[in-house]
Amino acid sequence: MRKRINILKQIDWFTIGVFLMLAVIGWLSIFSSSWEGIGDSMFEPGSRQMKQAVWVGLSFLMIILVFLIDSKFFSAFAYVLYGLVILSLVAVLVFGKEVNGARSWFELGNFRFQPAEFAKIFTSLALAQLLTSFQFDLKKIKHLLWAFVIILIPVAMIILQNDTGSALVFFALVIVLYREGMKSTYLFIALAAVLLFVLSVLISPGWVLAGSAFVLLALYWLNEHDNKGFFVALIVATGIVVVLFLLKQREILNLGFGWIVTIAVLVTLLSLLPGMLRARRNTALVLSAILLGTFVYINTLDYVYYNVLQSHQRDRIEHTLGLKDDPLGIGYNVNQSKIAIGSGGFSGKGFLQGTQTKFDFVPEQSTDFIFCTIGEEFGFLGAGLVVLLFATLLVRLIMLAERQRSKFSRVYGYAVVSILFFHITINIGMTIGLMPVIGIPLPFFSYGGSSFMAFTLFLFIFLRLDANRLEIFR
Amino acid sequence: MNKPEPRTYVIAAVIVIVSVILLVRLFFLQVLSDEYEVSALNNSQRHIIQYPPRGIIYDRDSIILVSNKAGYDLMVIPQQVKIIDSLRLANALGIDKESFRERLAEASFYSRFQPSIFYKMLSAEEYAGIQEILYDYEGFYVQPRVMRQYADEVGAHFMGDIGEVNDNVIAADAYYRMGDYAGVNGIEKYYEKSLRGKKGVKIFLVDAHNRIKESYKDGKFDTLPEAGKSLVSSIDIDLQEYGERLFVNKIGGLVAIEPETGEILALVSSPGYDPNLLVGRNRGYFYDSLLNAPNKPLFNRAINSAYPPGSTFKVVQAVIGLDENLISTSTSIPCNKYWVNCHNHPPATSVTKAVQFSCNPYFYEVFRRMVQRGYEKSIFRDSPIGLDMWKEKVVLFGFDQSLDIGLPSVSSGQIPGSDYYDALYGQYRWAFSTIYSLSIGQGEILATPLQLAHFAAIIANHGYYYTPHVVKSVGEEGKEAKYRKKYILPFKSEVYPPIVEGMKNAVNAPHGTAGLARVKDVTVCGKTGTAQNPHGEDHSIFMAFAPMENPKIAIAVYVENAGYGGTWAAPIAGLMIEKYLTDTITNKWGEERILNANLIPETADEKED
Ligand SMILES: [Zn+2]
Repeated sequence: MRKRINILKQIDWFTIGVFLMLAVIGWLSIFSSSWEGIGDSMFEPGSRQMKQAVWVGLSFLMIILVFLIDSKFFSAFAYVLYGLVILSLVAVLVFGKEVNGARSWFELGNFRFQPAEFAKIFTSLALAQLLTSFQFDLKKIKHLLWAFVIILIPVAMIILQNDTGSALVFFALVIVLYREGMKSTYLFIALAAVLLFVLSVLISPGWVLAGSAFVLLALYWLNEHDNKGFFVALIVATGIVVVLFLLKQREILNLGFGWIVTIAVLVTLLSLLPGMLRARRNTALVLSAILLGTFVYINTLDYVYYNVLQSHQRDRIEHTLGLKDDPLGIGYNVNQSKIAIGSGGFSGKGFLQGTQTKFDFVPEQSTDFIFCTIGEEFGFLGAGLVVLLFATLLVRLIMLAERQRSKFSRVYGYAVVSILFFHITINIGMTIGLMPVIGIPLPFFSYGGSSFMAFTLFLFIFLRLDANRLEIFR
Repeated sequence: MNKPEPRTYVIAAVIVIVSVILLVRLFFLQVLSDEYEVSALNNSQRHIIQYPPRGIIYDRDSIILVSNKAGYDLMVIPQQVKIIDSLRLANALGIDKESFRERLAEASFYSRFQPSIFYKMLSAEEYAGIQEILYDYEGFYVQPRVMRQYADEVGAHFMGDIGEVNDNVIAADAYYRMGDYAGVNGIEKYYEKSLRGKKGVKIFLVDAHNRIKESYKDGKFDTLPEAGKSLVSSIDIDLQEYGERLFVNKIGGLVAIEPETGEILALVSSPGYDPNLLVGRNRGYFYDSLLNAPNKPLFNRAINSAYPPGSTFKVVQAVIGLDENLISTSTSIPCNKYWVNCHNHPPATSVTKAVQFSCNPYFYEVFRRMVQRGYEKSIFRDSPIGLDMWKEKVVLFGFDQSLDIGLPSVSSGQIPGSDYYDALYGQYRWAFSTIYSLSIGQGEILATPLQLAHFAAIIANHGYYYTPHVVKSVGEEGKEAKYRKKYILPFKSEVYPPIVEGMKNAVNAPHGTAGLARVKDVTVCGKTGTAQNPHGEDHSIFMAFAPMENPKIAIAVYVENAGYGGTWAAPIAGLMIEKYLTDTITNKWGEERILNANLIPETADEKED
């Protein structure tokens, strides 16, 4: 009895307060987006808002359940639960129902249920368990690879279900690995890879290669203060470029611009090698290796982009990067969504008064594009408030994670933060045209039972662990 | 507590920065920019489409063939419907209460706020019947539409028809909206963009319940519809009507062309149908029944039925043989029935006589000389070379080509080349002896009535042509440039007179094969043909032009299952020529014979393909 009272005192009621505000605003938005006109009751049986209310109710029951379970359960059974959810991901591939081209749903009577939503929770638990193992060190490549195995198994299963959006979410767990000591070099490489990709779609692979080559040449100069060597190198590089260009013009050797510059800079860097080796320095070697790596990466990317990606995926990427303006085609959803949000103005049109989110101007208005309803009906004040509430929640969760004594709880807390952050950024970013259209729900807002229930469970397991923080000395 | 970990602050900072970016973007979108508010305003306007009248189609003498009449779609916006007495409106429309409810449910299913068609294509009279009571029914209104009206029951195949656009058409051309009409066949389809004109629009403001409030900015942004362009067809509707009459109870097609312009004078396909059947809301019903009717009335035989052209093709062989000096005008070839069968006739001592008597062995030998050129020792290597040289010449006459005559989906027929036989028998595994039946227009050669008529026109012109066409002028612009371009074939001009002479004799001399095509006081030149038909009686074929000195009409006639070309196809051509040139028929006996003939085989409906 004493223990129960203690727990209630230890629960972080601040987080629960923010959660409740988000849940209420979310539910009202679902009601508004499925409202068809005067006469439709808020409590219309069978309507979307009432179906969602049932799920919200069930979720609250589950919260109580979570607090009744011993908190050690989650770490003790982390791998078992992980295994079960992977099995269910396999099962859904076989027995599941296909909705919008993705085979990711179980159907039980009237209710549909998406195991991928729950996979996030159990993958996070398993990851926490792994990182807590004896002498585990993320700085060791082998251990880092184990962490990625945990993450990539569900990713592979969900990609097989043809639900790429939900699969991408798992990569947010890299944030956890970063927090727990993964070498930041990897993060830099990953960021550089993304940057190179975006730039080569925006500009052209050739120019990006050429640019990288000259950046590396400049790095050499900065690093070595070898003015003479550098100018010799510059002249040699220019000479090779000119020769290759002439060959190209005579149609003797048909190389792209990027190739020409890369070859030129590579030859130059390597030509500096003997002198460098004599001076026992390896800058030129390292830079050459980086340049070769970039070269291979960009050419592979170019191939994948045009030969592996499907045209609608290319369209989405190019549309987000602003290369395509096609408001009636691929950009239709986003354009209508921007119109709806933009027309909300500073203070919105008022609850249920939105015109754009009614009449089907905005598609999927109660699921992936639910943020439009808020933007239109409550304006900048409402939309800004929602963004602030989410930011508050995330920062608060980081604070909670950092106060854990148990590494397991901390890792799990960061997993909650990472995945919520990813969902929120991608979903809201998508509705205002900052992110590509990736169909993932807005936590606690989007219509859909498994989504709401999964996010609630995800969050409250952490609050349960947090409530026990004082008892665990591991 | 743990010691402070710097990476915590990095992560928190990223979250804060991203949140700020989202807030700034929202601020730009919602507060600073009013671009999206304007767009939202557009979203809440209702655009009522004003349909333009579709272009009229005239015949070559300015007789109206196709015009418009008013039609009305009864539209419904389910959300606004307040039914007082559904039975009254149902009765006025002639439907029962059950059907009324179903239609409303279907419309609601599509959208509660967007209008959908409740009842399609009311005629003007039907509309008058419900106009009175419609005021009592909120949520219902009438959308005027364009319906086609055909002056006569003839010419359905070349005029074509219009029908509701399907999803593919809408996807391909942003001009169309659900429920719009577009040409689906014939001139209506080919000239759709000229005929349709341009839709106009009236813009109204609607409230949050999609009800019209007022005209947007007093109609400042409304646009008027632009009427479609009228077309003048090259068809002579009297000749067309006569041709269709001659073809009653016969299966087949004919095409008549004015040689000096390429204008198509008549384009008959039989059996035909009344184009008025495919107008209005019963279109679907009649379309299906025509689709399943025996002998396929919807099939345009004039441009789509391709058969071996039989002996008419000897004229092609004669032109190429003379041009390549494989024979001279006075080459004599014995009628050797050992090579290929023939009928009894006086000796073919010249190419003129060979055409006149239609001697099979003569053209067997001419074709052999073409195919076996002696470039290679082995005949298996030599024949492909010769055949391809031959095909290169043959296609110049429009064979193996889909002629761009102003109608959609014109068949190309077929002229086999070496690739064709290589695929069939294997490379170097066939030679002249395998393909000799091409010499007399049998075997794998296929030509449509249109192609033969076009060929007859080229012979009539001694080697030049204009691409045949069914439309003389479009709107104010006159004839399209592609039909004003004169093409001259690269054959020597001396090759034509002896062949024309042979065609003249085939019709007019005592031993000709086409005496039944004779016309009083007019020199008709013609050539019979018979397409072998493995399914039944052979198809009767005839091509001709007249008068010989100054040709005004070239014609090709196919009569299916009618046997020898001289018996049925030739007299039909003769009557058409006389009708067109003199507007009278002197050969009353011949006309009666054709009109009374029933050449439809009893089992033809199961044999067609
Ligand atoms: Zn003979």
